[in-house]
Amino acid sequence: MIRISGLSHRIGKSAILHDISADLPKGKLTALIGPNGAGKSTLLRLIGRLEPLQSGSVTLDGADLSRTPTDQLALRMAVLGQQTAIASRLRLRELVGFGRWPHHKGRPRPRDLEVVNQALAAFSLDDLADRFIDEISGGQAQRAYLAMTVAQETDWLLLDEPLNNLDMAHARSLMARLGELVRVGGKSVVTVIHEVNYAAAWADHVVAMKQGRIVAQGSPYEVLTSETLSMLYDTPVGVGSHRGRPLVLHHV
Amino acid sequence: MNKRLVLWVLAGVLALAAAIWLLQGLPDGQARAFVLKLRTERLVGLLLVGISTGMATILFQTVAANRVLTPQIMGFDALYMLMQTLLVAAFGIAGFAGLPAGVKFTGEVAVMVLLAAALFGTLLGQGVRDIPRTILTGVILGILFRSLNTFVGRVLDPNEFAVVQQASFASFSKIDAALLPAAGALTLIGAAAAMLMASRLDVLGLGRDPAVSLGLHHRRVVLAALAIVALLVSVSTALIGPVTFFGLIVAGLTHGLTHSACHRVLLPASAMIAAITLILGQTVFERVLGQAAFLSVVIEFAGGLFFLLLLIKGRIR
Repeated sequence: MIRISGLSHRIGKSAILHDISADLPKGKLTALIGPNGAGKSTLLRLIGRLEPLQSGSVTLDGADLSRTPTDQLALRMAVLGQQTAIASRLRLRELVGFGRWPHHKGRPRPRDLEVVNQALAAFSLDDLADRFIDEISGGQAQRAYLAMTVAQETDWLLLDEPLNNLDMAHARSLMARLGELVRVGGKSVVTVIHEVNYAAAWADHVVAMKQGRIVAQGSPYEVLTSETLSMLYDTPVGVGSHRGRPLVLHHV
Repeated sequence: MNKRLVLWVLAGVLALAAAIWLLQGLPDGQARAFVLKLRTERLVGLLLVGISTGMATILFQTVAANRVLTPQIMGFDALYMLMQTLLVAAFGIAGFAGLPAGVKFTGEVAVMVLLAAALFGTLLGQGVRDIPRTILTGVILGILFRSLNTFVGRVLDPNEFAVVQQASFASFSKIDAALLPAAGALTLIGAAAAMLMASRLDVLGLGRDPAVSLGLHHRRVVLAALAIVALLVSVSTALIGPVTFFGLIVAGLTHGLTHSACHRVLLPASAMIAAITLILGQTVFERVLGQAAFLSVVIEFAGGLFFLLLLIKGRIR
């Protein structure tokens, strides 16, 4: 379980997060939803220690984030931020290979290569493995980063808008894969999701944020209601149902 | 495998260049031993400059995530020239020429490393990832040193100023043999430290977020890498004077030849490419062109053209 208590964060003079406390369940797919600027990414980055904590605390399965060595955290959680171009000229296989770095620290063993090959296959990147990452499309690069994160083989996966740049087929197969990692692999996934229908269809737990505060959390049925979503996004949103899951009708 | 081959080929070419440098046109008789000793000292000097310039540039480009920058942009050469000018202003021509070389060298390296430590330490101390700001500050400091240098130069006696000018052209011929043990020790320490960090530097090259996610002590690695850069640049500048574009040619050639992002390959390759360039260049200069100019001037000229070519062809990102 990730326990967040009393977390506040400001950048310059503007407060981004106000005294956030929440528990993110282990062994579930948790979706962070909310309008632009709600603080979803900041919260995820704080949990993933990509930003230093200003106040409050985060514990990961009982381990205090600020007191656990960062290289040990890398064996327990993998974080994928929103992408920026990287300076090194790398082939896809090399990039995905970096996911194993926390395990081998620069000296790959046969097992590491095996995991990399599995990750490449899982994201259907086999054919692209020897291409340079600046020579492939944004969606393909996004899948490569996801493969790298999965190759890290951690209990927790923290993903910031992983559906960015993915077409509908790859978006669905990514969500299915995350669901499989949770249900079959016993992993825990926390992901920022922009399109609430992906949260509705795949998430076990939904956390809704607005203006730096958590306004609702619980199962998709509890959170993804017409009332909550309309309040969350300040726009009327209808919610239907499809195969026993909420279907959010925000586009009509 | 391919990459290991590149390293072996480079090592072979380096050995060949060194052999040509040592043995070409060796006189007979008593002069032989004397010339050989002289050439060996110069060879060691060129090797040290090669190793430090090559490795420092690769390290700096990795930290800065940029392939057009060289550490010299941080104002090290400007500081070096300012120190020369101030020394001449303080001690006069005779005093400047009479300064004990060892003390002067140690002092120069110490001042440059201290400045680098102060700059990087304060800027990266709290502002965890503000590398562009650090570099920009370095550039501005460089301009400050340059203007101070010009100012002191203006008020200097013209004869003294001529001495300053002489000292501020990089010269691969003026390497002082007495400095080699100290310079060698510092260079080897820096090079060994860089090689030990090679795998962490690979991760650093991914950028901050992925590196932190993979458990890299990002700030610690950045500071260590910049400290090594400061040490290596200081040694090379104090040995031969300021060179700006040389590191850029070397880094460009290294990336072009190795096609690798792996520092275990890049670092030794850059050191060897730099050494080969220097040794062959100096051989041609001394033996074919009869010392017609400074090698550094030609290297800077060729380096500038190469830099433009890289920019135009869009190879630099």
